[in-house]
Amino acid sequence: MTDLSKIRNFSIIAHIDHGKSTLADRLIQHCGGLTEREMSEQVLDNMDIEKERGITIKAQTVRLAYTARDGETYELNLMDTPGHVDFAYEVSRSLAACEGALLVVDAAQGVEAQTLANVYQSIEHDHEIVPVINKIDLPAAEPEQVRMEIEEIIGLDASEAVLTSAKSGIGIEEVLEAVVAKIPPPKGDRDAPLKAMLVDSWYDPYLGVVILVRVIDGVLRKGLSVKFMQGGTQHLVDRVGCFTPKRTDLADIGPGEIGFITAQIKEVEQARVGDTITTVKNGATQALAGYKEVQPVVFCGLFPTDAADFEKLRESIGKLRLNDASFSFEMESSAALGFGFRCGFLGLLHLEIIQERLSREYDLDLITTAPSVVYRISLGHTKNEDAKVIELHNPADYPDPSRIVEIEEPWIKATIYTPDEYLGSILKLCQDRRGIQTDLTYVGGRAQVTYELPLNEVVFDFYDRLKSISRGYASFDYEQIGLRPGDLVKMNIMVNNEPVDALSLIVHRNVAEDRGRGMCERLKDLIPRHLFKIPIQAAIGGKIIARETIAALRKDVTAKCYGGDITRKKKLLEKQKKGKARMREYGNVSIPQEAFIAALRMGEE
Amino acid sequence: MARALYIHWPFCLKKCPYCDFNSHVRDGIDHGLWERSLLADMQHEHALADSGPLTSIFFGGGTPSLMPPALVGSLLKEAERLWGFDAAIEITLEANPSSVEAGKFAALSAAGVNRVSLGLQSLDDEALGFLGRLHSVDESLAALDVAQSCFQRVSCDLIYARPGQSADQWEAELERAIGFGTSHLSLYQLTIEPGTRFATDVRRGVFEPLADDPAADLFALTQDITAAAGLPACEVSNHAAPGEESRHNLTYWRYEDYIGIGPGAHGRRGGFATQRHKKPENWLHAIAEQGNGLSEERPLNASEAASEALMMGLRLREGVDLDALSRRFGLSVDTMIDRERTEFYRSLGFLWSADERLGVARQGMGVLDALLGEVVSGELVAS
Ligand SMILES: Nc1nc2c(ncn2[C@@H]2O[C@H](COP(=O)(O)OP(=O)(O)OP(=O)(O)O)[C@@H](O)[C@H]2O)c(=O)[nH]1
Ligand SMILES: [Mg+2]
Repeated sequence: MTDLSKIRNFSIIAHIDHGKSTLADRLIQHCGGLTEREMSEQVLDNMDIEKERGITIKAQTVRLAYTARDGETYELNLMDTPGHVDFAYEVSRSLAACEGALLVVDAAQGVEAQTLANVYQSIEHDHEIVPVINKIDLPAAEPEQVRMEIEEIIGLDASEAVLTSAKSGIGIEEVLEAVVAKIPPPKGDRDAPLKAMLVDSWYDPYLGVVILVRVIDGVLRKGLSVKFMQGGTQHLVDRVGCFTPKRTDLADIGPGEIGFITAQIKEVEQARVGDTITTVKNGATQALAGYKEVQPVVFCGLFPTDAADFEKLRESIGKLRLNDASFSFEMESSAALGFGFRCGFLGLLHLEIIQERLSREYDLDLITTAPSVVYRISLGHTKNEDAKVIELHNPADYPDPSRIVEIEEPWIKATIYTPDEYLGSILKLCQDRRGIQTDLTYVGGRAQVTYELPLNEVVFDFYDRLKSISRGYASFDYEQIGLRPGDLVKMNIMVNNEPVDALSLIVHRNVAEDRGRGMCERLKDLIPRHLFKIPIQAAIGGKIIARETIAALRKDVTAKCYGGDITRKKKLLEKQKKGKARMREYGNVSIPQEAFIAALRMGEE
Repeated sequence: MARALYIHWPFCLKKCPYCDFNSHVRDGIDHGLWERSLLADMQHEHALADSGPLTSIFFGGGTPSLMPPALVGSLLKEAERLWGFDAAIEITLEANPSSVEAGKFAALSAAGVNRVSLGLQSLDDEALGFLGRLHSVDESLAALDVAQSCFQRVSCDLIYARPGQSADQWEAELERAIGFGTSHLSLYQLTIEPGTRFATDVRRGVFEPLADDPAADLFALTQDITAAAGLPACEVSNHAAPGEESRHNLTYWRYEDYIGIGPGAHGRRGGFATQRHKKPENWLHAIAEQGNGLSEERPLNASEAASEALMMGLRLREGVDLDALSRRFGLSVDTMIDRERTEFYRSLGFLWSADERLGVARQGMGVLDALLGEVVSGELVAS
């Protein structure tokens, strides 16, 4: 147990890719947490998918021992957080467990949308914020300009900002000194009843459910009987430790410290983040404030390509959820796709990641249906039913239009930062997506524009489009601003005259024709030619609003089957059958599974 | 049961740019060695399949018309000694229509060959150049004359759906070929096969293959013209006057047993799929080492055999007898074909059925591969 005055708890926050994880690497190395040989790039990004994409998805906590220039050894609890907006929730939990934050800003990119969003969160927690200007080794680095931005846009004193190159190891000791000097030590009373915040929990195949805690008061040690104040369950603590980043067992975790416990908990459900842990005997009476519940904002259906894999999918989703409590799922059935799950996600990247983890870690082939948001629909009364309000998660459940009194859709406030030169195209993109501009300001050569946008226009490829029209320079952040009524209709896509439920979507009437035409055109390219011609139509109710036709396949025959060489032909047939297994049948048309998502990509508008 | 023997001669003077068959260009072929080796390969097969008199023999290649007639004669003599010959045996040899080869036709006939399949390929000199052929149209027509006087039966090969070929051009060429009066024509659409020079050319943009739609039009035209001329399609690319079909090829398509010897030859023998070493040198080496050229001999399970029977049988206009196949392989008809899809494509006119027979209709032949993917049950292919 470390003396409170020698503890520093801090998060590293930044916009995506500004170098948080790389800085964490250097801090770990400097403090000797890992030897050169054990080190790898962004060592805390330990999931395959994080390594591959070079992004952090899950916050990670590391305890380091740092001997400062004053000769004292400090216990530093460092929390590396994700930068992408979808995982803002991870950041907020980490911030709640700390007294300060390192705000990393890329010296070439400057302040971006997520920089601000994270700073504001940190300020809400009364944090001491230490600005770090990173990547000063880059030729395009303009540390002085960035220092100014931090002062002007954020309003933080940046005169003592630490200049670093996490990549080349410049300024690392200065960062550590600044942490010790500026971030206040935690407060807490070791003799008071135990109060520990449940910061995170995950499933580890060897240890079972592992819980990350921040002790506020009292001491957590092995053998203690604890209870979860909200969950109401009781458990026996059987292991106490921390990550350095190697898992290290400890005798106890005292006030102000961050560490982990295991307590023979079978289900992650029982260890809900934000809960307060106290002792069974003489426990605390008042729980900590806890976290805001996260609400999934994007929904889509996940179906196994092979219907026989449904049970496997159910099991895999269950397991995956043990490590990511932020997505929700419920069973769903579709006329054409069979049984699957309707899942809720924090955003599109989150959706993509879950989908990829399912297919990769659990070896599942999945079909993903069009992402959709949650609509609120007021229904009038009928002879047998009263008027009521329903929530629509799935376009397939769209009620009888004649009963609909009003549909409301979620809106967001989007803040976009961009170099001037891309502003024009960005405004057009927002306009096309039914956006309402509320603010536009310039700082230096950069513009900050604020739009109110319907979430359903953003949910699909808005972010991709934004990145591509700005060559990656624009950044984007959003917050939900509630529901607004809209003239929304359900658009059906019919392939060979059969409605394909997995392709139906809810759109605003004004853009329906445009979207319908786009989808028909894309499907025309995505669906291979068949032996007969295939009409593809978009319809609202009974009215066809767009149409394309896929011509029939006319040539596909092996002209010469030579000398009784059947083997080769057979291979061809096998390949053909395998290809078919990856498609879905609608009527007599096979639709490749990629088509379900690709059809929605709005491409170069 | 038919008793068919295939003999592969792997050598050509020059490799044609469209050809992906097992053919090689070599100097100084030791004909004595090849004779001994082919005889050994034949004897090996005879020891395993002494099934009674042969009904057909086919010399394929490569260019078997480059074989010395004496070599052909000695192989035929040995085949007759081993198995005996059916009275109506068909002995086919593939020949290039060059003047040199035409000079051998009389001797080949004397050696026992009674049918030639002549690779005219085109009746247009420019097209012959494009196809990399070493003969001119005049030369090949002279060879055709010789062939028609030397052999009982002659078939001609043509390649159509060439880049830029119009319907009118093809119609004229085909009508002319029909005018030669052979009782059999093999009419192949040009296909760009991977691993050929044409595949490289196409990738490099040297030429663009004829698009699928015009190619399909030419295919349909071919069916009309040949049918009107009394040479209807009996198989995807083969056209014959009634009774003049190649008996040897019918053996493949009806999925009866056939023996294959020589480099790269395939065989189906007593429930086994056999394959020989492809490279001439490796095949020779195998003969020297093990007394036969086999590189693989694999038992076929009932599903595999049934899928092969369907793939081959549906190439024929006569189609397949599903009950007979069901009895032959001990599999229910429902295990072999996807009934629902079969019915669907029948209703669209791609397939026909009559009693126990199922066949591909004219409209379906040009898209047979796609149809097979629909009709042959997934179960059969997966297992
Ligand atoms: N030149 C240079 N590149 C750096 C520096 N620090 C980080 N990078 C590079 O910037 C990229 C992003 O680095 P990360 O550490 O993964 O960034 P991050 O902020 O953790 O990203 P997220 O977790 O996805 O938000 C990587 O390619 C790093 O190698 C630096 O000081 N100089
Ligand atoms: Mg990171």
